[in-house]
Amino acid sequence: MEKKEIVLELKHVRKDFGNGPVLKDISLQLHKGEVMVFIGPSGCGKSTLLRCINGLEGIQGGEILLNGKLISTENTKWSEVRQKIGMVFQSYDLFPHMTVMENILLGPVKVQGRNRKEAEQEAERLLERVGLSDKQRAFPAQLSGGQKQRAAIVRALIMKPQILLFDEVTAALDPEMVREVLDVMLELAKSGGTMMIVTHELSFAKAVADRIIFLDDGIIVESGTPEEFFTRQKTERAQRFLNTFIFREEKGGDEA
Amino acid sequence: MPELGIRVLFMGNNLQRLFTGLWVTVRISLIAVLLSMVFGTFLGLAMTVRNPLVRVTLRIYLEFIRIMPQLVLLFLVYFGLSKAFGINLSGEVSAVLVFTLWGSAEMGDLVRGASNCVPKHQYESGAAIGLNRGQVYRYIILPQILRRLVPPAMNLTTRMIKTTSLVVMIGVVEVLKVAQQIIEGNRYTVPDSALWVYGAVLLLYFLACWPVSLFARHLEKVWKN
Amino acid sequence: MDTVFIKEYIPMYAKAAELTIVLGGLGIAFSLIAGLLCALIQYFRIPLFKRLVNAYIELARNTPLLVQLFFLYFGLPKAGIHFSSETCAIIGMTFLGGGYMAEAFRSGLMSVDKVQKEAALAVGLNHRQALMYVIFPQALAVSVPALCANAVFLIKETSVFSVVALADLMFVAKDLIGLYYKTQEALFMLVTAYLIILLPVSVLAAYLERRVKYAGIGN
Repeated sequence: MEKKEIVLELKHVRKDFGNGPVLKDISLQLHKGEVMVFIGPSGCGKSTLLRCINGLEGIQGGEILLNGKLISTENTKWSEVRQKIGMVFQSYDLFPHMTVMENILLGPVKVQGRNRKEAEQEAERLLERVGLSDKQRAFPAQLSGGQKQRAAIVRALIMKPQILLFDEVTAALDPEMVREVLDVMLELAKSGGTMMIVTHELSFAKAVADRIIFLDDGIIVESGTPEEFFTRQKTERAQRFLNTFIFREEKGGDEA
Repeated sequence: MPELGIRVLFMGNNLQRLFTGLWVTVRISLIAVLLSMVFGTFLGLAMTVRNPLVRVTLRIYLEFIRIMPQLVLLFLVYFGLSKAFGINLSGEVSAVLVFTLWGSAEMGDLVRGASNCVPKHQYESGAAIGLNRGQVYRYIILPQILRRLVPPAMNLTTRMIKTTSLVVMIGVVEVLKVAQQIIEGNRYTVPDSALWVYGAVLLLYFLACWPVSLFARHLEKVWKN
Repeated sequence: MDTVFIKEYIPMYAKAAELTIVLGGLGIAFSLIAGLLCALIQYFRIPLFKRLVNAYIELARNTPLLVQLFFLYFGLPKAGIHFSSETCAIIGMTFLGGGYMAEAFRSGLMSVDKVQKEAALAVGLNHRQALMYVIFPQALAVSVPALCANAVFLIKETSVFSVVALADLMFVAKDLIGLYYKTQEALFMLVTAYLIILLPVSVLAAYLERRVKYAGIGN
């Protein structure tokens, strides 16, 4: 892992919405092919962190570097950066007025100026990979939540991003659809994708992550391999967090 | 030149005359609004009746009233009624009649829309906590209907005030007519008075309608949460 | 009813109706352009212009067209600004209609979920592209019923054009009543003419509204 090149680097990132900092001093390095999973209590800033990385939120301090190049500047061309950093959101955010195929082609055709035929063929391959070959012409309203989310993943994948960000992509799904989406993500991770994932699914985190980052109150409390994190927590905060989860799972796994 | 013109507004009792003229318009709209609320509520409830004949008749009435320009309706009543039935109505009475007919149609539609918007389970959950039928309406249904009804009804009021400006076309002496008279009266002393007087009329209408619009929007926002 | 009289004056009504349709059509077209422009200024929160647009919309929506026309036609010439009757009518309608259309477009734009814009940006679209391909098509679908209702409203408002010396339907009707006392015939033709113009537009508006409602857009 140490040998691999650094794709993304955060140095002392601070984010403040104007009523106290949400992210206080975040520094981390993401390597090529690494899967980094962020966990932590609600409101700890993990979603905000992802949104800062692809410029949906500005930062008030620190630096973000992509391939060694500073991207947290006033005149960053975010449209270009976002082609390299794909993002999938919690609320399956397909464009409702377009078919699945049109949703997927919008980026490659309008942004990257790629040949429509070629992009279409790739889209077909990707849709097959996530098990949606028969839904190309469907509108989002005709899909289940899990299908929408898989289509959204394809829409991000087709841009050939260097990094994919997943922001609680299963949080809004019905329980029986969570698995199909997680399976797709797991498969992506295995095939060498560089990913940053925010999730509440701890067993999934354990299975998919190369590194787990535990965030609380805007700072990185713990960072380590899944094995380290789940068996030997270094801090009391992480222990408490995991305990509430275990307790909740015994009560029936309801996580608000 | 323009510095001279504005003078006309403050000469004699001109400003007061304009206000009196505006009051004629506003009075017509207010009477019509009040009547429309009463008739419109009945009309709205009548539209939920199952009898197809009643429904179709009301529907045709409603559509005709809403599709015709209000000025055409004014002409129909003011010129048409007197000719057809020998009833001679003054411009003001014609106006009240027309705006009540029109306002009731619009109001009826609003009432129907608002009462359809209260979901059925609201009645059921009201009954479930032991309220009787009257209490369910008093505490649960009516407040919800009113919240949906009041803001659009206030907007209808501003529409009525604006539309009432048309009565000048059937000879009612209201604010525009007064404005014309003032301009005519000062034709030689203040030749450019039209700019200022009509500008003042525009402002007067704005001042009559804007607060109502703002209040309606405010209520809408407050009641949404 | 005097059918001979009616037949004789049908061409006069037809000509007046043509005026209503042409001026109404132009007024609606310009209103749509003005309204869209205003809504976009509000949407992108362009400083200063945003305030001007807000003030304009309030003024347009809270004053009657009739008074606006009086001001344009009789007031402005005293300040050295002269318009022809037709220009006055179109400016008046655009001023009034622009305010209403802006509100219709604005509520459509507001109805599109914020995350749609973020999703559009996330696939690399710039702000203009996000608006064009993702936000606006969805907003338009929501706006259509209100836009249509405004169009019907604006055509009805053309009935005051006679005050700026245009020989519209009301003018012709009033003329015939005054000259020949053929009140019933004149009013009958007036109502018929407006029905012929407004019924198709209303039916189309109702149809579009239903289509949009059941189009299944939105998830």
